[in-house]
Amino acid sequence: MQIKKQSKGYMKFYNRKAVVKDHFTTAFCVIKERGETMKFLAQIINGLSLGSIYALIALGYTMVYGIAKMINFAHGDIIMVGAYAVYLSLTVAHLPVPVAILVGIATCSILGVLIEKIAYKPLRNAPSLAVLITAIGVSYFLQSAGLILFGSQAKAFQSIVKLKAVHIGDITVSGEIIVTIVVTILSMIALTLFIHKTKAGSAMLAVSEDKGAAQLMGINVNGTISMVFAIGSGLAAIAGVLYACTYGFIDPYMGSMAGIKAFVAAVLGGIGSVPGAMIGGILLGVIESLAKAYISTQLADAIVFGVLILMLIIKPAGILGVARKEKV
Amino acid sequence: MAPLLEVKNLGISFGGLRAVDQFHITIEQKQLYGLIGPNGAGKTTVFNLLTGVYEPTDGVILLDGKKLTNMNPAQINRAGIARTFQNIRLFKNMTVLDNVKIAIHNQVHYNLFEGIFRLPRYFKEEEKMNKKALELLAVFDLEKEYETLAGNLPYGKQRKLEIARALATDPKLLLLDEPAAGMNPQETDELMKTIRFVRDHFGISILLIEHDMKLVSGICEQITVLNFGTELTHGTPEVVLNDERVITAYLGE
Amino acid sequence: MKKLLSKQNLFRVIAIAVVFLLLYIGVEYGYLSRQYSALLVPVGINIILAVSLNLTTGFLGELTLGHAGFMSVGAYAGALFSIYTNLPYFPGFFLSMLVGGIIAAIFGFIIGVPVLRLKGDYLAIVTLAFGEIIRSIITNLKITGGASGLNNIPMYTSYISVYVLVIITILVVMNLVNSRHGRAICSIREDYIAAESVGISLTKYKILAFVSAAFFAGIAGVLYSHNLGFVQAKTFDYNKSIEILVIVVLGGMGSIKGSIISAIIVTLLPEVLRGMDDFRMLIYAVVLIAMMLFNASKFKEWMKVWLHNHAPKHTVKGGN
Repeated sequence: MQIKKQSKGYMKFYNRKAVVKDHFTTAFCVIKERGETMKFLAQIINGLSLGSIYALIALGYTMVYGIAKMINFAHGDIIMVGAYAVYLSLTVAHLPVPVAILVGIATCSILGVLIEKIAYKPLRNAPSLAVLITAIGVSYFLQSAGLILFGSQAKAFQSIVKLKAVHIGDITVSGEIIVTIVVTILSMIALTLFIHKTKAGSAMLAVSEDKGAAQLMGINVNGTISMVFAIGSGLAAIAGVLYACTYGFIDPYMGSMAGIKAFVAAVLGGIGSVPGAMIGGILLGVIESLAKAYISTQLADAIVFGVLILMLIIKPAGILGVARKEKV
Repeated sequence: MAPLLEVKNLGISFGGLRAVDQFHITIEQKQLYGLIGPNGAGKTTVFNLLTGVYEPTDGVILLDGKKLTNMNPAQINRAGIARTFQNIRLFKNMTVLDNVKIAIHNQVHYNLFEGIFRLPRYFKEEEKMNKKALELLAVFDLEKEYETLAGNLPYGKQRKLEIARALATDPKLLLLDEPAAGMNPQETDELMKTIRFVRDHFGISILLIEHDMKLVSGICEQITVLNFGTELTHGTPEVVLNDERVITAYLGE
Repeated sequence: MKKLLSKQNLFRVIAIAVVFLLLYIGVEYGYLSRQYSALLVPVGINIILAVSLNLTTGFLGELTLGHAGFMSVGAYAGALFSIYTNLPYFPGFFLSMLVGGIIAAIFGFIIGVPVLRLKGDYLAIVTLAFGEIIRSIITNLKITGGASGLNNIPMYTSYISVYVLVIITILVVMNLVNSRHGRAICSIREDYIAAESVGISLTKYKILAFVSAAFFAGIAGVLYSHNLGFVQAKTFDYNKSIEILVIVVLGGMGSIKGSIISAIIVTLLPEVLRGMDDFRMLIYAVVLIAMMLFNASKFKEWMKVWLHNHAPKHTVKGGN
């Protein structure tokens, strides 16, 4: 018993991450204690909201993987950059909310393109191991730059959502949840239309299918890859803001775990597939929030990773992915 | 004498595409056999099926009467089939000697413990490996370059090293995927001699894919022509190469 | 037998003895400040970790991001063994290392098996996931003391025992790499399709690399827990795995010598940069990116040519 007590105190005191994690569990979808069904439903709604954020981040992973055949490990940390950019625009520059959001998106898009140009482009023909290590380096770079610039202390983030909470029966759904889900759905629709209805979107599909052939057809391959990084990073900025509004704080590490989980979501849905990222994100969000509610808060991450491993063993290509064979 | 390799009704589908269909081939002991056909006819796919890189959708592969279907590439190699690749696959950052020694891996028997603690058997067996590897390299005029990194060899020598490496596994059947690709006529002549020498010296059968008709008609005793994944015809070079259908397949209507 | 008495081996034995003597004199006669003596153990542990990670990342060519997970399994298993058996130093420390190493190796096997079907990026993520799972489980188990960890572990580790184990690790890994088994592992890195085509079993040798790497990481963990007298799961997080990766990458993947030198540099770096802890991470990041870009650039080829042309001829004879 004593060990347990000691351990709790210890965690509160020393383990910043553990304290932060408590934010996850204080359900932002509040219910009055009445009936298991309601509790379950509330958790599903929480899961949808969390899953929407994962889905937005997963889109970036999936699009970049589709076109550059690499895992952009730094993608998760871009959401941190986006959240800080918006935070600074609001608190230091006192910009109006819509402008601040645009600043966040622009910052991330430019950063995404720069990262690709500086760190990834020289390695296009290098072994995947080298690319992966570089991506880890970039992720680490962003985190530590954030740490040096803003300190490790979490900063309170005043939610910019003005929507009032909605009551459905005994469940109270916060404005943040509604906005998160709606924004994600809108982004998905916009992205799908962009890919299938515009010339730039077709170029993107062509490059991800065959770089060489696309080049021969007169498509600007480098430009298209930059565009994908810009779009993915812009979506990450949106995810960053939604994340900050939902949890009410930002810190330099916020992107790392969310990024890894979003990657899990992308794999779950089938990496390279846009609707797959959506399905994977939502599925993972729901699994995580149910695991927290019914199994154990502390083991929830382990469960999420367990799901990833199981998925990769059973169907490595993911739910909507297609297995590709290496040419011999 | 029973045939070395018997393939019956081999086929594979990729998605909806039938890449190889109803493929038959019978290779006798010590036979030099050619597999030809226009680009995209499925020749390399046949190699990949024979060596277990792809799992056939249907059909049977028998080597010396032993069924090879459902074995993985490593098991098939141990059963007696070795191959080279169309786009050379060497262990580029390893020495020429090590490239061949890796292929001798399964013929020496010191265990992990003996290797780590350098027990006598390690030295004895390594010595054996070195000797065999150098002998093989000598066949291909590579013994002087044994310390060179494989990736630094000129193209022609890389092709030769790949053949040496395949032979080092002591195969009964050697599959060569376009061995003369990128060689000049003189090098091709030399290669023809080497291939014959290998067959006679090691007493093995060789199946080769080739575009160079001179090489094919010069050394192959039997030829199968593949077109659109199925056999067009087979027989001796004289018969096959004068076949109207083969000429059409190559030159178009 | 003659081979064991070769010039090279003689040189090695002398080098090992001289380095030991220098360390001994330095520590026992006070030439090394206490601050630096205290760093000898962490340096040694990092050498073991880097050399063992080199087996999977450098020689097998698969990126693993969960090496700290294996280290934690060894640290906890060894510590629990020491606490519960309460044996005297000699059999106790030796057996706890064996237990820590073997249990970590078993975890390596458990992780290696599913991972075999995966390659590259996916494998890296799965090892990361496994590392995190191990950490969550240790934090949630009663026997491991939860988040506060284990205390009262006998402090057996000294710079001498670490030195001995560093030497053993290096010799074993070097001999492994230069045996038929090690060559098989390297061939998978070079071209797994070609390796299979010459009869190398991918399953067997991937597992061998994973299991041996985990074994030595486990031993490093035992040394770690018996050095401080306590362990906490949060020590062995993703950042620790990255630190080991940085060491391997900086030293050159597949180079044991490089790993040793870079382990020394990376462990001493925070001491040199005291009070600039945040910058350590930044430096790690820059090292990772710069090394990869440098490897891919033409500059490296020029350097090679330049060094080849300008290398003083007498250095070939060796010996400083």
